[in-house]
Amino acid sequence: MDVDSRKFIELSATAVRNESLKTSMGLLGAGLSMRRAQAKAGLAEFDALRDEARDIKNDVLANLDAYLEAFEAQVTRQGGVVHWASTDEEARDAILAICRDADARTVTKSKSMVTEEIELVPHLEAHGITAVETDLGEYIIQLRRERPSHIIAPAIHLNKDEVSETFFEHHRKLGYNERLTERADLVGEARHVLRDKFLGADVGISGANFLIAESGTVVLVTNEGNAELTTSLPKTHIVVTGIEKVVPTFEDAATFIRLLGRSAAGMEISQYTSFITGPAREGDADGPRNFHVVLVDNGRSRMIGTEFQDMLRCIRCSACLNHCPVYLSVGGHAYGSVYNGPMGAVLTPGLSSIGDAGHLPNASTFCGKCEEVCPVRIPLPRMMRAWRNRESEAKLNPVGMRWGLRGWQWLATHPRLYRLATRLGIGVLRRIARGDSSYLSHMPLAAGNWTRDRDFPTPSPTSFVAQWEDKL
Amino acid sequence: MSEEKPRRREVALFATCLVDLVRPDIGFDVARLVLDAGFKVVVPPLQTCCGQPNYNGGDKSGAMAMARRNIDLLMPYEYVVVPSGSCGGMIAHHYPELLSGDTVYAGRARRLAERVYELSRFLVDVADYQPSRRLEGTVTYHDACAGLRELGIKSGPRTLLERAGAQVVESGQAEACCGFGGTFCIKYPDISNAMLERKVADIEATGAATVVAGELGCLMNIEGKLHRTGRPIAARHFAQLLAPEQKS
Ligand code: SF4
Repeated sequence: MDVDSRKFIELSATAVRNESLKTSMGLLGAGLSMRRAQAKAGLAEFDALRDEARDIKNDVLANLDAYLEAFEAQVTRQGGVVHWASTDEEARDAILAICRDADARTVTKSKSMVTEEIELVPHLEAHGITAVETDLGEYIIQLRRERPSHIIAPAIHLNKDEVSETFFEHHRKLGYNERLTERADLVGEARHVLRDKFLGADVGISGANFLIAESGTVVLVTNEGNAELTTSLPKTHIVVTGIEKVVPTFEDAATFIRLLGRSAAGMEISQYTSFITGPAREGDADGPRNFHVVLVDNGRSRMIGTEFQDMLRCIRCSACLNHCPVYLSVGGHAYGSVYNGPMGAVLTPGLSSIGDAGHLPNASTFCGKCEEVCPVRIPLPRMMRAWRNRESEAKLNPVGMRWGLRGWQWLATHPRLYRLATRLGIGVLRRIARGDSSYLSHMPLAAGNWTRDRDFPTPSPTSFVAQWEDKL
Repeated sequence: MSEEKPRRREVALFATCLVDLVRPDIGFDVARLVLDAGFKVVVPPLQTCCGQPNYNGGDKSGAMAMARRNIDLLMPYEYVVVPSGSCGGMIAHHYPELLSGDTVYAGRARRLAERVYELSRFLVDVADYQPSRRLEGTVTYHDACAGLRELGIKSGPRTLLERAGAQVVESGQAEACCGFGGTFCIKYPDISNAMLERKVADIEATGAATVVAGELGCLMNIEGKLHRTGRPIAARHFAQLLAPEQKS
C-alpha cells in the first residue's frame, strides 16, 4: 500500500487556499450531513440498528476464521473459487493470474477501495492488460491519473468545469468534439464511451460491500448500475475485497444495508443493491462463467486483538469524512493515503505503519463528530490517541513535543516549581505585550503559529490560585 | 446558640490550568457563582493541570502520573467543580479508563468521577441555581466539543443564560469544532485557521453581541480571531456573564 503522509502539512497548506476545493468540500459537508440527519430522524430505530450492527461485527471479528471458512465453503459449492491473499502483492498476483487464464486484454472495473489499496490497475497495465474504471467518479480520476479523494465520491475534489475539460481532452480522439457544460451531457458522454468498454471486456472486477457467510453471497451497493454491467457481461467476474467484509446471514446484511445508504448520503436505500451468488447457472440468461473472490488481508488480521480491532467494523460509508472538519478543510489528497478522513487516520497506519502515516492520527482536534455519526460506533478518536501513544513510544513524533510534554508533566506534579515556572512564562509574555496591551499579536517559537492568524489574550500577571491564597 | 445553621456543603474548585494562568478572573466568577448557589468554596492550592496535553499528545504514562496526583488532590471533597467540559471529561471519563489497570487507583478514579461536575451541570442539576444576575441582549452559544460529546452538555448553559434574562440565538453550526484542539492549533495552523474562520463567520451571522462557551481554550481561540479581524463581538465564559456582581 502506497502511503506517505510526510507532506501532509505542505499539502494541507495548499489545500486550504484552494477556492474550488473549498466550494466542493462546503457542498459535501453541508449537503450530506443534512441528508444524513434527515434520514436518521426518519427511522426511529436508527440508533438501535447501530448497536445491532456493532454487535454483529464484533461477533464476526471474534470468529473471523470460522465465518470466512463458511463463506469459502459456500462459494466453492456454487462453483466459484476463493483466493486468500495475505499481502497486496499476493492479491495482485492472484488477480493477474486469473486474468491471464481468461486471456484477458481488457478488464472493466466497478468501484472498489481495496483495488486502490493494492494498486491493482497500474499492475494490470504494466502487464499489458487495459483496465477501465466504470464508476463515473473513478473514470474521471483515471483519465486524470489521480487517486480518489473520498471513499465513495472519488472525484469530489473536482468541479464541473474541470470534468468538462478532462472529457474534452480525452474524448476528442474518440470523435467527441464538443466541449460540454451541462452535467447531464457529461454523464451521457461518459455512458456512451463506456458502453463499448462493457461489451468488449474479458473480465469484470468489482469490490464487495458485504460477504454473506451462510450463502456465499457477495453484496454490492451502488448508484450507477455500472457494477451490474461489470459483473454480469464478461465471462469472468473477480470480486476483490477485505477479509473484514463478511457477515453471518442475509438478515445481518439487511441490517447493514439499512444503515449504509442513510449514513453515506441520507438514502433509505441505494439505487442498486445486487446479491451475487456464484457463477451463472445452467439456464441463466446471463452472468459470468467463472467466479472468483480474492480475500485480501494486507495487515487487517494484524489489528485483531489490538486496541485497533474495532476499526475492522468499518463499512466504508464515509459518514466520518463527510462530517469531519479537518477532512472538509483539506480534502482527501493531502492525507497521502487512499483511506483518508477519520477512518483513514486509524486504518492507514494499521495497514502500513505509524512511521509512514504519522500525521494522520495527529491531525485531529478529537472533536468526536466522527464517532457521533459512525453507523457501527467505532471510537475513532480513542484509536487516534492510541496511535499517538504508539508513535511516541517508538520515538517517531517530534522530539520537542516529547520533551515538552515530559517537562510539563514534571512541573504539573511539582506544584511549587509549576507556580514559579508559569509565573516566569507569563512575565515573558507580558513583557512582549509591553505591560498593558490586552492582546499579543506576536509570540515567539512554536506559539507564533497561534499569532500568525489570531491574537492571544494577554495573561493576567498573577494566577488565580496565587490570588486566592493572598485573599485568604 | 444551639440553633446552628446546617453547615454549607463544600465544593472544591478545580480551576483548570488555562483559567488559573490566563484568565484568573474567571476563577473568581466561578467561585462567586458556587457561593451564590449556596455552597462553600475551597480552592486546593496545589492544583495544576488535568493532564489533557499529555493524554492527547501520546504521553500516556505522563498523563497517568498526573491523573494519580489529581485524584489524591481532589478525593477529599464532596463535590469537585470544573469550569471546562474537556477537563471535566478528562477527570470523569478518561481517568477511570487510563487507570483501569491500576489496583490502587482504578476504584479511586471511578469514585472521583461520580463527584466531578462541569460547572453548568453542577449549577443546574445539583444546585438548581437561579442566577441573581440580570442579563440583557442576545448571545449565541458555542458548544465546545468535549463538553458536548463526552459529557452531553447542551441545554444547561443555555438554561442558565435564559434564566438570567439573556436571549440565546442559535447559530447554524453551534456544534462545529472551532479548530482549537489543544496543541492541534500549533501543529496544524492552516487547518486550525480554516476551521476557525468558518466558526467566526457562523457566529457573526447570528448578529449576537456576545459568543458564550464553557471552555476557555475555545474562547481564547475565537476571541483571538474576533479581535484580529476587528469584529465587534465579545467572547465570554458563561461564568463571566452569570456571576453575581462583585460587592466593592
Ligand atoms: S469509520 Fe464509521 S463512519 Fe467512517 S467510513 Fe467507517 S463505518 Fe463509516
